[in-house]
Parts: sequence; structure tokens; C-alpha cells
Amino acid sequence: MTDAAAPGPQTVSRSLWATAWLRLRRNRAAMVSLWVLGFYILAGIFGPMISPHNHATVYREFVKVPASLTAYPRPDAILPQAERVLSRARLTLDEIALDGETLRIEASSSREIDPRVTRYLDRSNLFSNARITETSPDGTRVVMEADVARVHFLFGTDANGRDLLARTLISVRISLMIGALATAVALVIGVAYGATAGYLGGRIDTLMMRFVDILYALPFIFFVILLVVFFGRNVILMFIAVGAVEWLDMARIVRGQTISLRRREFVQAADALGVGSGGILRRHIIPNTLGPVIVYVTLLIPKVILLESFLSFLGLGVQEPLTSLGVLISEGAKDMRGAPYMLFYPSLALTILLFALNFLGDGLRDALDPKDR
Amino acid sequence: MLRYVLRRLLGAIPTLFLIVTGAFFLIRIAPGGPFDRERTLEPTVMENLNRIFQLDKPLWEQYLHYLGNLARGDFGPSFIYRDFTVAELLAAGLPVSMTLGSLALLTALLLGGLLGCIAALYQNSWIDYAVIATATFGITVPNFVLAPLLALIFGVWLSWLPAGGWNGGTPANMVLPVIALALPQVAVVARLIRGSMIEALRADHVRTARAYGLPTRMVVVTHALRSACLPAVSYLGPAAAALLTGSIVIEQIFGLPGIGRYFVTGALNRDYTLVMGTVVVIAVFVVLFNLIVDILYAALDPRVRYD
Repeated sequence: MTDAAAPGPQTVSRSLWATAWLRLRRNRAAMVSLWVLGFYILAGIFGPMISPHNHATVYREFVKVPASLTAYPRPDAILPQAERVLSRARLTLDEIALDGETLRIEASSSREIDPRVTRYLDRSNLFSNARITETSPDGTRVVMEADVARVHFLFGTDANGRDLLARTLISVRISLMIGALATAVALVIGVAYGATAGYLGGRIDTLMMRFVDILYALPFIFFVILLVVFFGRNVILMFIAVGAVEWLDMARIVRGQTISLRRREFVQAADALGVGSGGILRRHIIPNTLGPVIVYVTLLIPKVILLESFLSFLGLGVQEPLTSLGVLISEGAKDMRGAPYMLFYPSLALTILLFALNFLGDGLRDALDPKDR
Repeated sequence: MLRYVLRRLLGAIPTLFLIVTGAFFLIRIAPGGPFDRERTLEPTVMENLNRIFQLDKPLWEQYLHYLGNLARGDFGPSFIYRDFTVAELLAAGLPVSMTLGSLALLTALLLGGLLGCIAALYQNSWIDYAVIATATFGITVPNFVLAPLLALIFGVWLSWLPAGGWNGGTPANMVLPVIALALPQVAVVARLIRGSMIEALRADHVRTARAYGLPTRMVVVTHALRSACLPAVSYLGPAAAALLTGSIVIEQIFGLPGIGRYFVTGALNRDYTLVMGTVVVIAVFVVLFNLIVDILYAALDPRVRYD
């Protein structure tokens, strides 16, 4: 009997998700958003690993260099820098030439030149592998060669000379992580709470939902600031707390769904077969509330990311050297006259991410909406 | 009607009382105090400070003291802005925030309503899609991205308007903050009005009005808009309270002397009186605008009656 019955509901339930998927596939904005989101997730996970720069590395020679596809240092910046280095080494520059990636310097001094003079060149971020190729017999003239280190700053660098691309990538990772973390907390609490309240019903339901109403009445930003005050700058703890605040809507949605599901035949059948309350909730109620919950989750993630960026913008979020899109935007806003790209790229990254999540949420809502089916 | 308003205003007093009580104890249980500095103060100095500001008394006594002062309209002295009372700070900042907020609110209502109506009238045309796209943009782009970009483009690159500062409230200084404040609200209002207007245009009374041969403009403005603006009105109630009490982001980016920043700086520095003063102001605005929304509802929807 079980064998005969099993394919029935299974095909039905599969077709529900299959229909939703088909409808979603026809929604071009949602599909593009899905790809963008996939790209963001990959960029968040692997971006900081494959990025040539570390988000915390400081390039003192390249503070606030504009975003560019060509490599730094610029050819016209190399020679003055080399002259500066040599004057620091107390050498007189006789001839200097840049040949592709190698710099050739002829220098002299009144005294004998210590071969360790190459370290002056190495110490600068611009040059590496400095070596002495020729020394005059009396040791007062040398010919040195050094490789010019070429680095790319596709998004430019910030006010401390850190690569903005690497910082954007790490902040995408932070944003996605926090979005996922807080949403997961909200999901677990909200679904468990809402399903329990809706399934048990009666006085317990009234009591539980009244508690939710009270929490709703608290001004949200007041609550968040208080959380910051309590947990200090521990971001992870804070976002678990934010998730613990954001579950209210989820609980309401799940409760509404549960109340309508409770009277359905399959729940009554399970009840009649002697399945306990916990089992019914786990096996029958919660899986059937997933549609609206998924929609709400995709809309909750951008909300949380936005909240995190907002807090970081105010300086209450993650700590240096870690960073987040809100911190980058706030730094960019301070420096927008001199370095507009510092504002532009993080803003673009955040906006695209929020757009993708919102479009995907809207698409999922249309795809899963039982009204249109 | 007047009796209803009076009853609602009286009913707001226990609400405000609860909010004040909750906020008072919540901010007090947070660790730290208003005089915690990087370098700790001398114990005797600390003692004197605590005595002057009556922080050495038991909490319930401080609470009663605060309530008594509040009832007399005294918000107390600020702890971080030395030499200022909270009332002075609020009196200086509130007009700025309210001017900007009310301008933004007006923009949101007029522009959002207009866009929503046009989109609904030309549903599924390119105008409609353009409005929806703009609205999605306005809702998605956060204000701390929008505001610096506006300042950058119109203030720095084009130099049309000042990129920041208040300058005694000259109109040119207000344009960019008002746009940044209003745009998200314009987007939401346009979307709400569009949705309810599409529904209203299909309603029986509108169809009847059309059947009488009334011109479209009149049908839209006098018959459809009245029921279509109900959702926007109930949305704009709390939004208006938030707009008028200032936005920390907008104030920080444009360097404006409003009251939006007082709440955050107050809470972070444990400036208890400043936080409480801001909370009271915000709560009063919320209560007031909820009342206005309810009265507007009765005025717009003849089915709603308050007797």
C-alpha cells in the first residue's frame, strides 16, 4: 500500500517546485539576478583568495591612486622615485634609464660604495631584486639594476594605500556572511515559534503572538543601537542578536500558514495515526510553509545586509582591518572630492547586490504565489 | 470629531509614559556611563560629577526625578554637549530637521502621487515601466549611497548646488538633502498609488462616473484618487514621523545641524538625558502622526466614522 501511495504525493509535491522553477525561469530579471548572486557568492568566497593584493596590505607609495586598468607605478613616476631613493642613500645620480621592466642606474659617491646600498632600492615598494652589475675599480661608481614591480589597482586604493578591489571583495564576503547568519537565526526562531503558536492555537497562541506584538512596538533602531552598546564591537554576536530581532515577521507568516494547514486532511490523518505534535510540525507543517518562507528569506537578506552597511556607515560595524561595504562607502563619502572612485565602486557593488536580491525575491514571490496558479 | 481627537490625545499619555519608562531603564542597564573616558577620571572628580548630575542616587529615585522634570517640560542638561540643556539642543536642531522633513514629505506626496497616477492610467505602457523602474531604483538604492552620489555629481562635479552645510537654511542648501530624503519615499508612494489606483479605476463607482461621461481627469482626481490614496496615507504616517525627526545619514553626509544624530551619539556616549529627549520627541511625533492618519482616513473614506 505504501508503495502504491508513495508516487502520488511525491509527483504532486515535485510538480509544485517544478512549476515554480519553470515560472521563475521565464522571469528574466530574476534569472539574471540569480546569476549575479551566484557571481557574488563565488566572489565572496574565492575573490579574496585569488586577489593579488591582501585587503590589509598597505602600499605606502600608492595612497589614493585612481582606479585604472594599466599597471602602477606609472613610467613618469618611477624615475623621480628612484632619484628620491638614491638621494636617501647619499649617492649622486649619473645616469638613469628605464628599459621595460628593469631600471638601470649609474651612480657615484665621494666615498667607497657599500654593496648593501641595494637595500635602499629594495625597501621601496616600487623596486625589487636590486643588484649591482658593475663596480668601478676604486669602488666609488656603481651600475645597479632593479626590477620594477608592476602592480594593478583595478579599483584604485584607499586613503591608507590599500587595494580597493581586495577590500571590496572581503566586504562582499562579510556582507553575505552576515546576511546569511542573521537570516538563518531569524529563520530558525521564526519558523519554530510561528509553527508552534499556530499549531497549538488557543490561549498559548494568543499569549505567544501578544509577545510578538510587544516586540514589534519597540523602535527598531533604538533596539539595534542598544545591542551595539551591549555587545560592543563583536559583529558576529551582534548579528545573531539582529537575527533574533528580525524573526517577528517570519513568525507571523509561518503562524498564518500553520493555522490554515492545521485543518487540512493530511494533518488530521497524521494526527489520527498517532503522530505526536512535534512529528506533525516537523514532517507536515513546516515543509508546507516553505514557499512563503523562502520568499521572505530572500527579502530579509537584503534588509539585513542594508542594516549591516548602515551600522558600518555610522562606524558601529566591523573593525579594521576587516571592512564592509558600509565602511567603504562612508570612507568614500568623506573623500569624494579627491577620490570619487572610492565612493563609486563600493556603492555600485552594494547596489547591484541589493538589486539582485530584491529582483530574485520578487521573482520567487511571483513564482510561488498560489493566487496566480 | 473634536471629542475623538481629545480622547486620542489623552490616550497617548499612557503610551508615552510606557515608552519613556522602557527607554529610561533600557539605556540605564547598558554598561558604561556618560563620564567614561579613555583616561579614567579621578575618583573624587567622578564622585562630584555623579553627585551634580544625581547619578549617585538609586535608579528608581532618578527615574521619578526625571519624570517630574519631564512633566514640567524640563529635559535636563546634556552630558556630552557641555553647557547645553537637551531642550536647547532640540530647539536648535528640530526646526532644521522639520523643515527638511516636511519639504521631503511634500515632494513624496506630490511627485509620488503624480507618478503613481500616470503609471496606473497608462498601465503596461513604457511610461508605466519607466515609473516602476524608477521606483525600484529608489527603493533599492540605500540613502547612504544616494546622498553622497548626489553631493558628488551636483555639488562637486557640476557645482550647481552646495555639496553640504546648512548656511542658515538657504534654499540652495536644502535641495540635495530634500531630494535624498524624498526619493525613497517618492518611490514607495508611487508604487502604492499605482497599485491602488489600478484597482480604483476598475471599481464600480469609477465605472459609473465614466459612464456618465465625466472627463477622465475629473474621474481620476475626484473619484478614483480618493480611495486610491488610502494605502499611501497609512504608509506616510510613520514615514512622516521618521522624516520630520531627522535622518542621521543625511545629516552626517550633508553636514546639517538637525536632531537625527543626537540619538546615535547620545546612545553611544551614554548621554542619558539626550537619548531620552530624542526618544520623547520621536514618540510624540509618532503618536501625533498616527492620529493625523486616522483623521485623514475618516475624511477620505466615508465608511470610517469616529463617534
